[in-house]
Amino acid sequence: MNIFDPQGPVAAAEKTILIDSIAIMLAIVVPTIVAILAFAYWFRQSNPRAQYLPDFAYSGRLELVVWSIPTLTIILLGGVAWIGSHQLDPAAPVEGTGAPVRIQAVSLDWKWLFIYPDMRIATVNSLTVPVGAPLRFELTSASVMNVFFVPRLGSMIYTMNGMVTRLNLRADNAGDYQGLSAHFSGDGFPDMMFDVHVISALDFPNWVAKTANSDRVLNADSYKDLLQQTVETSKPTYRLDDPRLFEAIATQRIAPQPGPKLSTNAAQSYMGAPNAR
Amino acid sequence: MLGKLDWTAIPIDEPVPLIAGGVVLAIVLAVLIWAAVKGYYPYVWREWITSVDHKRIGVMYVLLAMVMLLRGGIDALMMRAQQLVAFHSDGYFPPQHYNQIFSAHGTIMIFFVGMPFVIGLMNFVVPLQLGVRDVAFPTLNSVGFWLTATGALLVNVSLVIGEFARTGWLAFPPLSELSYSPGVGVDYYTWSLEISGVGTLVAGINLVTTVLKLRTRGMTYLRMPMFCWTTLASNLLIIAAFPILTATLAMLILDRYLGFHFFTNEAGGNVMMFMNLIWAWGHPEVYILALPAFGIFSEVVSTFSCKALFGYRSMVLATMAICIISFMVWLHHFFTMGAGPDVNAIFGIASMIIAVPTGVKIYNWLFTMYGGRVRFAVPMMWAIGFMVTFIIGGLTGVLVAIPPADFLLHNSLFLVAHFHNVIIGAVLFGAFAGYTYWFPKAFGFRLHEGLGKLAFWFTLVGFYATFIPLYSAGVLGMTRRMQHYDVAEWRPWMIAAAIGVVVMTIGVIFQVLQLAVSIRHREELRDPTGDPWDGRSLEWSTSSPPPAFNFAVMPNVTGEDAYWATKAKARRQNLQVREPDYRDIEMPRNSPTGFVCAFFATVMGFALIWHIWWMVLLGLVGAFATFVVFAWRDHDEYVIPAAEVARIDRVNLAERRAAMNFAESAT
Repeated sequence: MNIFDPQGPVAAAEKTILIDSIAIMLAIVVPTIVAILAFAYWFRQSNPRAQYLPDFAYSGRLELVVWSIPTLTIILLGGVAWIGSHQLDPAAPVEGTGAPVRIQAVSLDWKWLFIYPDMRIATVNSLTVPVGAPLRFELTSASVMNVFFVPRLGSMIYTMNGMVTRLNLRADNAGDYQGLSAHFSGDGFPDMMFDVHVISALDFPNWVAKTANSDRVLNADSYKDLLQQTVETSKPTYRLDDPRLFEAIATQRIAPQPGPKLSTNAAQSYMGAPNAR
Repeated sequence: MLGKLDWTAIPIDEPVPLIAGGVVLAIVLAVLIWAAVKGYYPYVWREWITSVDHKRIGVMYVLLAMVMLLRGGIDALMMRAQQLVAFHSDGYFPPQHYNQIFSAHGTIMIFFVGMPFVIGLMNFVVPLQLGVRDVAFPTLNSVGFWLTATGALLVNVSLVIGEFARTGWLAFPPLSELSYSPGVGVDYYTWSLEISGVGTLVAGINLVTTVLKLRTRGMTYLRMPMFCWTTLASNLLIIAAFPILTATLAMLILDRYLGFHFFTNEAGGNVMMFMNLIWAWGHPEVYILALPAFGIFSEVVSTFSCKALFGYRSMVLATMAICIISFMVWLHHFFTMGAGPDVNAIFGIASMIIAVPTGVKIYNWLFTMYGGRVRFAVPMMWAIGFMVTFIIGGLTGVLVAIPPADFLLHNSLFLVAHFHNVIIGAVLFGAFAGYTYWFPKAFGFRLHEGLGKLAFWFTLVGFYATFIPLYSAGVLGMTRRMQHYDVAEWRPWMIAAAIGVVVMTIGVIFQVLQLAVSIRHREELRDPTGDPWDGRSLEWSTSSPPPAFNFAVMPNVTGEDAYWATKAKARRQNLQVREPDYRDIEMPRNSPTGFVCAFFATVMGFALIWHIWWMVLLGLVGAFATFVVFAWRDHDEYVIPAAEVARIDRVNLAERRAAMNFAESAT
């Protein structure tokens, strides 16, 4: 999940910004640290060769330098931030080959539901995408806040109930990666990891066709099962019954996920989620 | 009768909190019995609990902070231990327990370690530096302290009765709403912060008023020591920011208790409003903690370099700039929430702008050392350790202030490492520097130098050994608050961090040992002069510990570094100081108001958490009645006669003259 090993243009651009900014700052920070240690050492009390200047408490020129160095650094980095924020706006489309893939992600307690509305399929805790195609995510939450994050593809984004956030990514190399929730969401939070399978553009239709033949169907009823607070390990796939399911969740036509059933005691809420191991 | 409270509230099936609670209870009982056997109760009641002396209250604040630091530190140890073993396994703690640990760690470290530590030091030092006899509102000061203690007590009660929040230290809804957190944990969190928040607010009002209204003759704003400036800035922030916290948590309370919908999923509640409000408090809070630390370092660097602070006016400007800009950056805590690029970029740049005055401060400390005679006493070691560490924390801070970089690093362990880098590097190092620096002033003897240096080195090395691995794990995508994980590449860093935290713990042990050894050897470490470091500001011009009235005669200030100037003048002219004109001094009487009020606040808080409504009423009426009784008091001051003042002052002056003559005959 190394963010310094990007597998898509978004992650790559963000990595570049990260490294450039570190380099710009190190150019100031390293000399400053060296100066601190050097001054402290040279002007130690026991050094007879160091000059004692008890009245050296103001120097206009030095003040000017002291204010300019951080100001100039920040002007430079501010430019980086301004341009970077616009170029890498999560809502801005990403170029790619082939038709864009629309994916609707729903965070649930404690699993991810990925809906492919145009292909009438859905998966849980497993995200399969083709190489090179623009990936257009719409995200919401069925319960508490979460953050959708695939470190090697780049930008993360919050999911919130009653709201839709947007994220655009692209994966450039086939392979298996991992994603996770990057915002604490309760007892089953560490199990909100999901697999990301990036497969070739040729294999992708086959995968879609295979998934569409799933014997499980996702509709309002089977969605109710997902609304239980559980940790999901089996990664089921579904044929999607209603392509507007996501809208129903995001607009709260389907009520938000209820919380723990047994209420009072601390120990009880995790009982519905027998640990997989 | 007892609301939601019954025997199931005791976590019988969880040994860790029970044993911990039992040990703490045993220690508290042992101390209470020991004090009873020794007959200390009347003394403690008279001189400490009911004291309205800013110095005593300051010491109690710091003591509270240090005890809570141990509690929060044990939480940290448990978290590192958990992530050490919870690879492909469930570790030591089940989620419902682990989630309480990290929530309590954050809450305690910010509200009950950081805040009382800096408020305690400000309380103790600022009136002395300003050359005055007390803070503006002495009894209110006591109320503020005891309400803070109430909050700390409630958080710790949750260890054995019920549970603490399992939501993280900022209790984000909707997770913290009744539907997802039906237990009492969030209620412990909200009520302890509501009550201690009142304490913090009155402390802020008190200190701002003190700095603005109670300076001694000649102490103009631009002659105040830097620490007074940062105190002013920090407390202005408290006054502006803490009401936001109180209101935000009050809204959450209304949601949970009365079915409101401020932040719920249902009925138009909006979680983003909570995010905005809590960080509108939360970011200034960072500077509420950091600014006093900057002030401490300014005092320490200048004293131990034997030089005036370089660029004093520049420092004042930088301090006030930080004070204002810190209110304009809160959105950088949630760049990844889907705000547009303009909003993100503007808040990102605003956040970076804070780095400018902060950078200026670093350079001014640097040039304060230039041409100085640097003495590497323990406070100065902390200061140099701070400068280096804080620059690195600043670097990673500017990094996460760049929105596209934050898109990769938000909520990761990189972020966790960043804010520990600045909070430990600035606030904790600053608190330790201030503690070692002013300890002789408070108690009349120094802390053991060797053990202090050991504590410093172990803490510094332990800090890097803990948090460099966390930076690395963050780069590997590891997010915070993981109760267990299956990713093999994170494991080595968790092992490294666990080793680091052990090193840091050794530092803490040396710190405790330092205090114990210093108390045992206090006669050898005694400082009779009241000026052990060759200090520059007025607190060093009085005896250690200072008399209740601080200064026999109110000092007359003629420039910056008031006491340094006085000493220089005395040396130049070999002046026999003329006996001052001693007068009667009126001082505020001690009052149990604060303690009694906090007692009732504790009862009320506990009852609110458990829905015991009759007890809520009892606490409320009791607290109110306490104030009414206080308002109807007849005598609130007592007089120290001039003869007594003269006697106390002559002893100190004689000690000082002896020390000065000794120093001159030695050179």
